[in-house]
Amino acid sequence: MKRTFLGEFEEIVLLTVASLRENAYAVTVTQELETKTGRQVGFSSVHTTLQRLEEKAYLTSVMGGATAERGGRRKRFFMVTALGQKVLSEVKTVRDELWSTLPSEFQLTNG
Amino acid sequence: MKKTAPPHWATKLIARFSHPDASEEVQGDLLEMYEHWVRTVGTARASRRYILNVFKLMRPFAKSTESQQYSKTYSFSPVMIRNYFKVALRNLIKNKGYSAINIGGLSAGIAIAVLIGLWVHDEFSFDKYHQNYDRIAKVMQTVTVEGVQYHGEYMPAPLGNELRTQYADDFKYVVMSSFNDEHILAYGEKKFTKTGNYISPEAPEMLSLKMLQGTRAGLKEQNSVMLSEGVAHVLFGVENPLGKIVKLDNALNLKVTGVYEDLPYNTEFRDLTFIAPWDLYVSTQNWVKVALEGEQWDNNSWQILAQINPNSNFESVSQKIKGVKLKHAPHTAYLKPGLFLHPMEKWHLYSTWDNTGNVTARIQYVWLFSIIGAFVLLLASINFMNLSTARSEKRAKEVGIRKAIGSLRGQLIGQFLSESLLVVAFAFVLSIALVVLLLPAFNALADKQILFLWTSPRFWLAGITFCLITGLISGSYPALYLSSFQPIKVLKGTFSLGRFSAMPRKVLVVLQFTVSVTLIIGTIIVYRQIQHAKNRPIGYDRSGLIDVEINTPELCTQYNVFRRSLLETGAVVEMSTSSTPPTHTNSNNGGFEWEGKDPNFKDNFSTVAVTHDFGKTVGWQFVEGRDFSRSFSTDSTGMVMNEAALKYMGFRKPSDMIGKYMKWNGVTFTVVGVIKDMLMDSPFKPVGPALFMVNYGWANVINIKLSPALPARESLDKVEAVFHKLNPGSPFDFRFADDQFAKKFSTEERIAKLASVFASLAVMISCLGLFGLASFTAEQRTKEIGVRKVLGASLPNLLALLSKDFMLLVIISCLISIPLAWYMLNRWLLSYEYHTEISWWIFVLTTLGALAVTLLTVSYQAIRAALLDPVKSLKTE
Repeated sequence: MKRTFLGEFEEIVLLTVASLRENAYAVTVTQELETKTGRQVGFSSVHTTLQRLEEKAYLTSVMGGATAERGGRRKRFFMVTALGQKVLSEVKTVRDELWSTLPSEFQLTNG
Repeated sequence: MKKTAPPHWATKLIARFSHPDASEEVQGDLLEMYEHWVRTVGTARASRRYILNVFKLMRPFAKSTESQQYSKTYSFSPVMIRNYFKVALRNLIKNKGYSAINIGGLSAGIAIAVLIGLWVHDEFSFDKYHQNYDRIAKVMQTVTVEGVQYHGEYMPAPLGNELRTQYADDFKYVVMSSFNDEHILAYGEKKFTKTGNYISPEAPEMLSLKMLQGTRAGLKEQNSVMLSEGVAHVLFGVENPLGKIVKLDNALNLKVTGVYEDLPYNTEFRDLTFIAPWDLYVSTQNWVKVALEGEQWDNNSWQILAQINPNSNFESVSQKIKGVKLKHAPHTAYLKPGLFLHPMEKWHLYSTWDNTGNVTARIQYVWLFSIIGAFVLLLASINFMNLSTARSEKRAKEVGIRKAIGSLRGQLIGQFLSESLLVVAFAFVLSIALVVLLLPAFNALADKQILFLWTSPRFWLAGITFCLITGLISGSYPALYLSSFQPIKVLKGTFSLGRFSAMPRKVLVVLQFTVSVTLIIGTIIVYRQIQHAKNRPIGYDRSGLIDVEINTPELCTQYNVFRRSLLETGAVVEMSTSSTPPTHTNSNNGGFEWEGKDPNFKDNFSTVAVTHDFGKTVGWQFVEGRDFSRSFSTDSTGMVMNEAALKYMGFRKPSDMIGKYMKWNGVTFTVVGVIKDMLMDSPFKPVGPALFMVNYGWANVINIKLSPALPARESLDKVEAVFHKLNPGSPFDFRFADDQFAKKFSTEERIAKLASVFASLAVMISCLGLFGLASFTAEQRTKEIGVRKVLGASLPNLLALLSKDFMLLVIISCLISIPLAWYMLNRWLLSYEYHTEISWWIFVLTTLGALAVTLLTVSYQAIRAALLDPVKSLKTE
């Protein structure tokens, strides 16, 4: 199997974009990550990661309409591409396989 | 809640330096995040985070990916420029005829301008070879006789010492010179006649001669001589000349003390091929010694050169020395003699003056030719412009298409400009090749030794500047005009250039022909003036007449032996000696007394010493009276005068003077005859009063009339044999009176030749332009001609139709140029005292000629267009 390069942060950003559906752009992704993980997430790293994922073709983006609240500037909305979905599921499969080989008490405590 | 805003500078920073592709959303996102941070962590930390993120998100070197894929169009991108040149080349190759006319005409024009430029440059660089160029001067004097001012460089001998001692502060060197003259130099069996000078020993230093051997101090010893490289070479070959003894004029043995580099052709002293010390001259020539030691201030026979000190200037020194001559020779006060310094930088171009003291010198010809050069260049440029604008109208469609697919106006301008620059560049290269080819012929024609200025940055700068200017100007019309077309109109074919679009071209054609016609008229009149002077009656017979300079003692003393030996050969009709050859006068004297002379009349006659046989030798013609004859012993004090002298003295009939006396220097001469005026001096001036006296001692030349029965070569061989036998010390050098006479026209003939070359080139260039233009109009009117033919127009009808416009233009230019030429040439002619008149037929002839040439040029195209099958011409498109 071809190795996919997906770092930990990239993975959670990708997952967050997927979970936010139509409303995924840099600000919402950052805020979502902060609330979900509880840790302080740098906006610039989220922004850079989003761009990197787009370069890797896991994400695609469109510019939204003009908005009033941010000086009329448009938002860039991200969506997960088919390739992105595939990568996510691949990662999940690997994880699941790894989980499945764990002793049962592990599964029980966490499951 | 109070609305807070992030730090202004940070916002600006991110607006300026964020990634160009993400600029908008990054700015928006950051603002939104800031508000979020303000709500969650407070203003201060929000600002800090904002700033931190701004710095992290700056991508100052990032480029938009979009711009990498599609480059923005701009006029000077290399690809576009390459495309312009490609299109330009294709256009040139497609229209070979036009291109040839265009480039050929322009390069001919540039070549002429470059040649004239080189000539002018050479004229201005005269004498610059000398390092002290800006401080050397000739001492000259002005005298005023009857309101007419004369300038002369003949100076009295004592003046040199006077300047040297009394004005030592002003002069670094004062150099006496005997003037360049022909002398015989001999080494062993080798004998040559060479021009050289007796000159003060400081001269080599002053003239900064480049010594190849020896030093500049070589003239300190009296019996020394310095040779030029060329003379040293012919005399000694590969031998070392230093210390060798050469014989001067078969009398003086001189030691060679130095060899200097030949002086370049564009220097006043280019004929100075050897230098002997002034002291030697003084000690061997008694008359010089007498003049010097006897303080003869009224014997003006020598040249004085001077170099002033660095802190003096010519004007102030001239002022100081102005009255020196008058002080020592007060009896010449009636002549108002005034000395002045004539700086070396003016010798070549500013050395003749008219009667009122205005400069009428060579500088005028420099101006004349500069103007001609500028005009020829202008003609060629006009041609070029005319043809390129005419051509460019055919390209309106191309412009339309280019615009339709997105060309900007700037790009079209760039395209047309680069096209014309390319053509000019071709023409420039071609013209340089032409100049290099023509330079030897031009040098021969102009009596120059000009070299091409390959290494002069100024020349190249001027050339390139000219190319740029011509290219830009001639390209500007199509560039600015064509690029303004609306593509829809052009492509739909409803486009027309309007009635007045041909107007500038017509003006240019008129200008061109005005210049050409003026040049033609000028050339004709210059030639007529020369012919007029050549056909002038000269009062003697110069065919087969030669003269030989008397430069050794042997020639002076054996008059009768010489004459007998020469006559015995049968190759000689007559021989005589005289003080001057019949082709010029060299002595003017006053102080004659005659019956009925006004005591206040300051007389001045040309005086010529002759022998009894002179008249028969030159064949002078008597108005009344008789020639000198040995059968009258009184003829040893006889005198012959010319008609001009008779008139000058105030007599009307020759008989008023014949048999009367003339007293001069204590001798009483009897006038035996009056001859027709003998033209001895300038053929453009009236003959001056001249007196001929018998004097066997005052002889400078031997005149020989060769027998017409024998071929000249054969006669000359026989004469040479006699000379070798009787005068073995010198080579046999002779001059034909014919050649000497012809030399008097050399300046005028040179001008005439140059003018005719330029005029014919101007006409050629104009015709070339006309030809191109005619073919263009013919092409444009193909359909019209087709329709006319179908409707029954005849060939002459069509010819008239096509030629009419051009003929009209040429007639207009003739009308402009005739008064112009008349005005300028009339002024030129007035500068000659003996001149031809400008006849009306010259103008008529020139106009007819111009019309004929125009008709010829146009008719080729016109006939071709008129003979075209109308079916074909109407089928086009």
